[in-house]
Amino acid sequence: MSFFTLSLTLIFVLIPLLLSKTFGLGLERDTLIATVRSIIQLLAVGYVLKFVFDSESLLYVFLMVALMIVAATHNARNKGASIKGITWKVALALVTVEVLTQGILIGFGITPATAQYIIPISGMVIGNSMVLSILFLNRFTSEVESRKPETDLILSLGGTPKQAIDRPLLSSIKASMIPTIESQKTVGLVQLPGMMSGQIIAGADPVQAVQFQLLILFLLLTTAAVTSILLGFLSYPTLFNERMQRIRN
Amino acid sequence: MLFLFWGKELNGVSAIQLEDILYKVDETPILTGITGSFAEGAITTLVGPSGAGKTTLLKLCNGLLSPDEGRMTVLGKAIGDYEPTDLRRTVGMALQQAPMIPGTVYDNLNLPAVLKGETLREEEAGRLLQDVGLGPEYLKREADELSGGQQQKVSVARTLVNRPRILLLDEITSSLDRTSVKEVEELIQSINKKYKVTIIWITHNLEQAIGIGDSIWVMMDGELVDAGDRTILQSPRTERVRQFVEGERV
Repeated sequence: MSFFTLSLTLIFVLIPLLLSKTFGLGLERDTLIATVRSIIQLLAVGYVLKFVFDSESLLYVFLMVALMIVAATHNARNKGASIKGITWKVALALVTVEVLTQGILIGFGITPATAQYIIPISGMVIGNSMVLSILFLNRFTSEVESRKPETDLILSLGGTPKQAIDRPLLSSIKASMIPTIESQKTVGLVQLPGMMSGQIIAGADPVQAVQFQLLILFLLLTTAAVTSILLGFLSYPTLFNERMQRIRN
Repeated sequence: MLFLFWGKELNGVSAIQLEDILYKVDETPILTGITGSFAEGAITTLVGPSGAGKTTLLKLCNGLLSPDEGRMTVLGKAIGDYEPTDLRRTVGMALQQAPMIPGTVYDNLNLPAVLKGETLREEEAGRLLQDVGLGPEYLKREADELSGGQQQKVSVARTLVNRPRILLLDEITSSLDRTSVKEVEELIQSINKKYKVTIIWITHNLEQAIGIGDSIWVMMDGELVDAGDRTILQSPRTERVRQFVEGERV
C-alpha cells in the first residue's frame, strides 16, 4: 500500500468527525488526538521493529518487550490504586505471563526465538494481560467494597483473610476471564480475528493464518487464567493486616 | 475505677477487661479512655446515642479492630496473645445487619464449621435453630427469604456454632417490629442461661436496657459516661446521662 493510498483511508476518520459535529457529540478533539497518536505511535513502532528485525539482536528484543511491560503496567495500575504496591504486582503478573508463554513457545520449538515471532506475540500476550488486569482490578475493588459485610462476617466467625475474601476474589477472577472465553466461542463465526485477517490480506495461506491464529487464541487462554489468578492472589493479602483485620481505607 | 470494678462485683470474674482504651480513625478519636470490665456469665447492655462508639467497642472485643492505646484482656489473657481466629471463636459476634451468605439456613449455620474444615451435623443445626426459637423445618429454607427477625435469630444461632464463651450482639433488635423485638429479648435471656455465655449487647431502646440484663454501660461521644445496674437509667447520676435519657423518652 502506498502512502497516497494510505492517506485516502483518512476518509474513515472524516466520517466520525462529521457525524460528531452534526449531532453535537463533542468528540471531534478526542477523535483527532486518537488519530494523530495512532499514526505517530504505529509509524514509530514500524520503524523501530524494522531496526530490531534487521539488527537480529536479542538485546533489542528484550528491550522492546520490557518497554511493552512498563507501558502496560503504567496503564493498568491506576485501576487498582487502592491496593498497596499494585505497580509491582501488575508488573510481576505481566512478566510471569510473558516468561511462561514464551518459555513454552520457544522451549517446545513451536515458534523460533527470533524478533519476528517474539515481539508480535509478546505484544498480543502483554496487551491482553493488561486488559485482563484492568478488568480484574476494576471488578475486584468494587466486589471488595460491596461485600464488606460478608467479609466482616467471615472474619468475625473465625475465618482467615483468604476465606473472607474467597467469594469476591473468585468472582472477580471469573468475571475477568469470561470475555476471553466467550469471544473464543464465536471466533470465525461472527468475526475473523485481526491477526488472521491481516495475514490473509498480506497474501498468506489462509490455513497457515488459521494455524497461527489458533496458537494465539490458546495462548490468550493461558494469559487470561494466569494474569487474573496471579494478580488476585498477590493483591488480596494487602487488604488485611497481621491481626487478620480488614485494612480500612 | 468505679467502672473497672463494676463488672467484678457481680460474680467476681471478668470476661473482658478494658484499661484506658483509645481507638482512632485518621487521628479522630472514636473511643477515648474506656476503662471497665464485663462480668463473666452476665448480660451487659450498651446504650447511647448513634456515634457513641458502641459498635466499635464490640469490634475491639471480637478482634475485628485493635485499640491504638490501652490494654484489653479476654478471660484473663491479653487480647494480643490470642490467635485472631481463636479470639473470634471465643468472643463470637452477631453483626447488626445479620448478613446471610447465599444459600439455605443450613448453609449459613454450617459456615463457622466450614471455616474450621468441619461439617455441622444436621441434628445439631436443628437443635441450634430450636434454641433460638425457630424449628428444624427452617434448615432447607433459603436464608434471603426469611424475615428480618428470623435472619437475626439465624445469625445468633450461627455465632453459637463456635460455642463462644462471650457473645456480642450488635443492635440485633434495631430494625425489627415489636413482636420480633420481644422474641429477641427472650432469646437473649434464654441463651444466657442455657449456654452459660457472657452476653454484651447493644440497644437504642432504654426500656429494653432497663428490662434485660445485669448491668448497663452508657456510652456517649466515644466515652463510657456511667456504668451500673438499671437504676443508672431510672435515676441518672450525671447530667449527661439525664439529658440522654430525657432525649430518648421524648
